[in-house]
Amino acid sequence: MSLLEISDLTVDFDTEDGLVQAVRDISLTLDEGEILALCGESGCGKSVTAMSVPRLLPPDTTRLSGSVKLDGRELTTLPESQMRQVRGKEVSVVFQEPMTSLNPSFTVGYQISEVLRRHEGLSRQAAGRRAVELLELVGIPAPQRRMKEYPHQLSGGMRQRVMIAIAVACSPRVLIADEPTTALDVTIQAGVLDVFRDLRDRLGTAIILITHDLGVVADIADRAVVMYAGRAVEQAPVTELFANPRHPYTLGLMNALPSAAVNGRLAEIPGMVPSPLSDPDECAFQARCPRAQADCRLSRPSLERHAPEHLAACFHPGGKS
Amino acid sequence: MILRIDNLVKHYGPVRAVDGLSLEIGQGEVLGLVGESGSGKSTVGKCVLRLTEPTAGAIELDGRDITHLSRRAMRPLRRDVHMVFQDPYSSLNPRFTIGQIVGEPLLRHKVADRRTVSGRVSAMLEKVGLRQEMASRYPHELSGGQRQRVGLARALILEPRLVVADEPVSALDVSVQASVLNLITDLQRDMGFSCLFITHDLSVVEFLADRVAVMYLGKIVESGPTAEIFAEPRHPYTQALLSAAPVADPVRQRDRRRIVLGGDVPSPVDPPAGCRFHTRCPLAYDACRTEEPPLHDPRGNGHPAACHLVTADRVPDAAAHR
Repeated sequence: MSLLEISDLTVDFDTEDGLVQAVRDISLTLDEGEILALCGESGCGKSVTAMSVPRLLPPDTTRLSGSVKLDGRELTTLPESQMRQVRGKEVSVVFQEPMTSLNPSFTVGYQISEVLRRHEGLSRQAAGRRAVELLELVGIPAPQRRMKEYPHQLSGGMRQRVMIAIAVACSPRVLIADEPTTALDVTIQAGVLDVFRDLRDRLGTAIILITHDLGVVADIADRAVVMYAGRAVEQAPVTELFANPRHPYTLGLMNALPSAAVNGRLAEIPGMVPSPLSDPDECAFQARCPRAQADCRLSRPSLERHAPEHLAACFHPGGKS
Repeated sequence: MILRIDNLVKHYGPVRAVDGLSLEIGQGEVLGLVGESGSGKSTVGKCVLRLTEPTAGAIELDGRDITHLSRRAMRPLRRDVHMVFQDPYSSLNPRFTIGQIVGEPLLRHKVADRRTVSGRVSAMLEKVGLRQEMASRYPHELSGGQRQRVGLARALILEPRLVVADEPVSALDVSVQASVLNLITDLQRDMGFSCLFITHDLSVVEFLADRVAVMYLGKIVESGPTAEIFAEPRHPYTQALLSAAPVADPVRQRDRRRIVLGGDVPSPVDPPAGCRFHTRCPLAYDACRTEEPPLHDPRGNGHPAACHLVTADRVPDAAAHR
């Protein structure tokens, strides 16, 4: 049994324009110590999928079906009081913007210690000592001094490390990182990715990394799920995915990167993402797909196994068999 | 030279955003100005457009010193230099139609009148790959990629000689970014404008720049032809920057030699003495802490670097020291 099992997850949002179909029939698993990347472009549903695990979606407008099991325990139906224990202690989240997620009026030390005192019941002294250890763990130099500083005194990279320290304070089993390095410079990004790698290696933390950056996926993830228009279109171990992409959308993304230019031109993906307000019974990518045939418009391809660990939702997949 | 910047300084109060920077852009040339946040790259763009007043130094546009021109004297020159911004959401006036936005420079500079403007706008929209009916739409009805095409159309409708593009594709998804980059390449080839392309993204620069200048804390640390910079970066900072950007190939990426820089970028309020990069440079030695290295080109092949360790027969290797 996997640590985390998401099955047939479907998420809709009530909006003024109608029902937005954010996520459709996502099933995935996450093992202990595994780094799983959820990738795709804006609006593909990668964040919504991940935020369904700690139930951080607006309760009034979210309609969710399917199952999310952590260690065999169903989270979607858990009473809110118990869910509060799960959040932070078993599943925690690191967001993209470290400036808006930290409270500007409290010191870094206070904000980390507070989590430890609340969730772990540590004394003030013990929480303070543990907070220094955590700052060390995420690679912050002179942690004793940093404890007394306020968020505005830290650089973006240091703030993100503090956020990670808070997120792992209670040794969560699952860490969800939503575009954690997107707002950071590349020289800082490399160091923050090292922190994630290190957490996994030392504590066995399982990590769901939400990213649009295929370079980051290639750098750190063990396995990746590529999403398009609310659905998983491909899923594979990372080396296999990049060596042998099956879904035309995955291949399109890889070829659209500036580094993949051929004779001074980039491969474009024509057209636009379909509206999330409708969900016709066809492949959502067919209108933009160079491999599309008549059958792609007649029904929707399901995620099929093409190699032992390689799944793709395509009637006419590319790649080597 | 279309653009010549000589020893430009721009201080915002105590912040030394740009601190002595010189560069040139030739006719039809695309210069990629690369740097991380706080390097001062955007300030350079703003100074070129005179959106902000330089503290010192000189800016020449097509041989004419524009550094201290009055607003009125600057006005006719604004035909020749235009800007494309990063955020296609906030840089287009939401109350105007696309046709009005794109046509506005023509009316402002009295190049067209109310009757002839729509024909020019149609032609420009077609050039940037937007359908004619877009002219009557409003910015909020467009996708991010379409808005950036509108931004390009507005910047190019007067056929400027120089375009300053500040992170024009950074807010776009990869698939949209690809089509906008192809479009910029096509337009540049057809219209022949020169371009100061400001970005943090090395892969974008490698794709479209003829030459690259790398900035760190308000100064250029290295510049040269794009292929040269990527094949043989000379400054340890450039080497670190190139090694830190992950490549989308797990086998290669995990086998790469990476240069991990210690610490943070120092504050531009109080830049380090000597070489500004010495606090993070793995190769720094005594002289780096006291003497500021000039941008020098010991091999004389148009590839200068500001590093004491760069000599005619030696290039430092930041990856060799851990």
